[in-house]
Amino acid sequence: MEGSILAPLMFAAVFLIIFCGYPVAFALGGASLIFAFIGVQLGFFDWSLLSAMPLRIFGVMSNSVLLAVPFFIFMGLVLERARLAEDLLTTIGTLFGRRAGGLALAVVLVGAMLAAATGVVGASVVAMGSISLPVMLRYRYSAQLSSGVILASGTLGQIIPPSIVLVVLADQLGISVGDLFIGGLIPGLMLAGMYALYVGGVATVKPSLAPALPPEMTDVPLGVLVRRVLLVLLPPLLLILIVLGSIFAGVATPTEAGAIGSVGAILLAAARGRLDLAVVRESCTATTKLSTMVMFLLIGSTAFALVFRGLYGDVWIENLLTNLPGGKVGLLLVANLAIFVLGFFLDFFEIAFIIIPLLAPAASLLGIDLVWFGVMIGMNLQTSFLTPPFGFALFYLRGVAPASVKTTDLYKAVIPFIVIQLIGLLAIIQWPELVTGLVD
Amino acid sequence: MRFIDLFVRFIDWTTSRMGRFVSWLVLVMILIGAYNAIVRYLGRFTGTSLSSNLYLELQWYLFSLIFLLGAGYALKENAHVRVDVVYGRLERRAQAWINVIGSVFMLIPFCVFVLWVSWPAIRNSWAIRELSPDPGGLPRYPLKSVILVCFVLLLAQGVAELVKEVRVLRGGDGGTTGASDETDEGEEGHDAPARPGGV
Repeated sequence: MEGSILAPLMFAAVFLIIFCGYPVAFALGGASLIFAFIGVQLGFFDWSLLSAMPLRIFGVMSNSVLLAVPFFIFMGLVLERARLAEDLLTTIGTLFGRRAGGLALAVVLVGAMLAAATGVVGASVVAMGSISLPVMLRYRYSAQLSSGVILASGTLGQIIPPSIVLVVLADQLGISVGDLFIGGLIPGLMLAGMYALYVGGVATVKPSLAPALPPEMTDVPLGVLVRRVLLVLLPPLLLILIVLGSIFAGVATPTEAGAIGSVGAILLAAARGRLDLAVVRESCTATTKLSTMVMFLLIGSTAFALVFRGLYGDVWIENLLTNLPGGKVGLLLVANLAIFVLGFFLDFFEIAFIIIPLLAPAASLLGIDLVWFGVMIGMNLQTSFLTPPFGFALFYLRGVAPASVKTTDLYKAVIPFIVIQLIGLLAIIQWPELVTGLVD
Repeated sequence: MRFIDLFVRFIDWTTSRMGRFVSWLVLVMILIGAYNAIVRYLGRFTGTSLSSNLYLELQWYLFSLIFLLGAGYALKENAHVRVDVVYGRLERRAQAWINVIGSVFMLIPFCVFVLWVSWPAIRNSWAIRELSPDPGGLPRYPLKSVILVCFVLLLAQGVAELVKEVRVLRGGDGGTTGASDETDEGEEGHDAPARPGGV
């Protein structure tokens, strides 16, 4: 019957509308209304289905998982705005700088840590780019190696817990945030390790691309160095370990850990004498804007889901996905390809709120472990964000990179890291225990 | 024309005030969140529970206030995420067309729709003075009413943005409007370089 055509039509039309560039949350809401209207006119849809909308909005409001989102955003923002992240990079740089490639290694480490704290990819790429790129270029690092390391480490936050991306993903997949955090830990560390290996390899083979820092930069008296490590390096590291550790140990929920982490970030900034009204106010307003954006995207997606289901779109997608040739493998292939390509155009949250709810039932029906599925999606999206010419991270770094770094440099820079991503992706497909091993 | 200018200014002012107000609630929410976490942790050892549904609910009540009342503010500051593969490459006039069409056919109808379907549910919530199902919880009807306030404010800001974009199309004094250029006291920082509100 013709009703079955309406759902695919709606799917296509909504994407077309989103692509025009009107804010996605409202484009979704408005487009859903239009299709609800068409559905009613053709007799395939009942207006009364939409009366569930206030209840759904209330559901979004009382969602206890997503309550962790503003806390983690705030914690990352404070660490960044109070320039604690910057200090971190300088200190690790001094620590490793005497070796060729040491500065790049510092970027990988800080990226993993900073990303772990924020999980906001754009923010960490911008922060790392504006802090470390000028420094690396000044000490004659090649533009390509520097920007490649920054892009890869900055996007690693996708799957290094406690990223808000994983929180949202867990919510949409209907799994525990703690489990997804645990699942993402080893693959994330594995990627960071591979970046470090690559950097080390390049520095050994071609030291001119990543020269050691001049002695006057690294010859800091031991006492001063130890002091710096204790004061600058240890506290943020400890904060992140406490936040993650309490979640992993099951002592705290992600929301509780996030709240404690936010207070911790404020205290750290205060202890370093960096806490002023401007830092607090900026962090608060940015948290308001970012979390409002996320929650309204969810409200818009809810309207979309309500109408799409009313038109039996969910049945259509589920049939499509569970009847693919190759079963499980077929689904993984299609899901990966779709997410990779959509990652060029859509932000993480749009994919999480619109696409994941459509994929999850089919995946679960075919017996795919959803924690593993979530980590794979995260890794895939990270790769997508890195891939030229559309990758998000490239735009972000372009925005803060000096003009001497050409856009083609950026494109070439990420190629080795994309290869590393693919190795990582294949590794977790080949050995799912990398993800599921630590999860009970 | 005078009246419309006044209207846009008034809405912008109200929205900014509201945005600044709810931003401070972020701090309050963090303190309450931390209090809840600590009290629950301590309660395990002491056996006495200081935590109450009141504080637990207050936490998500505050977050709801933040994003519901901050929605118009985010719209004014252009913080609602866009897919800007195409949009980012268009000239300002073309962008204005997209915003005008989007406001008229997407945002405004959506706000009106939510207000319309929520009204009966919220009226009912008031009629029965709906409370939290948990003991010691907070009353629900005031919070549910905030949904109405949210979409009224969003609708008003949506109309204000529409007026600004139409001005751009008319080529008049539109140069001063472009959604997020009014960064009060430099609070924009660099959280949104190429893609507003991005991940």
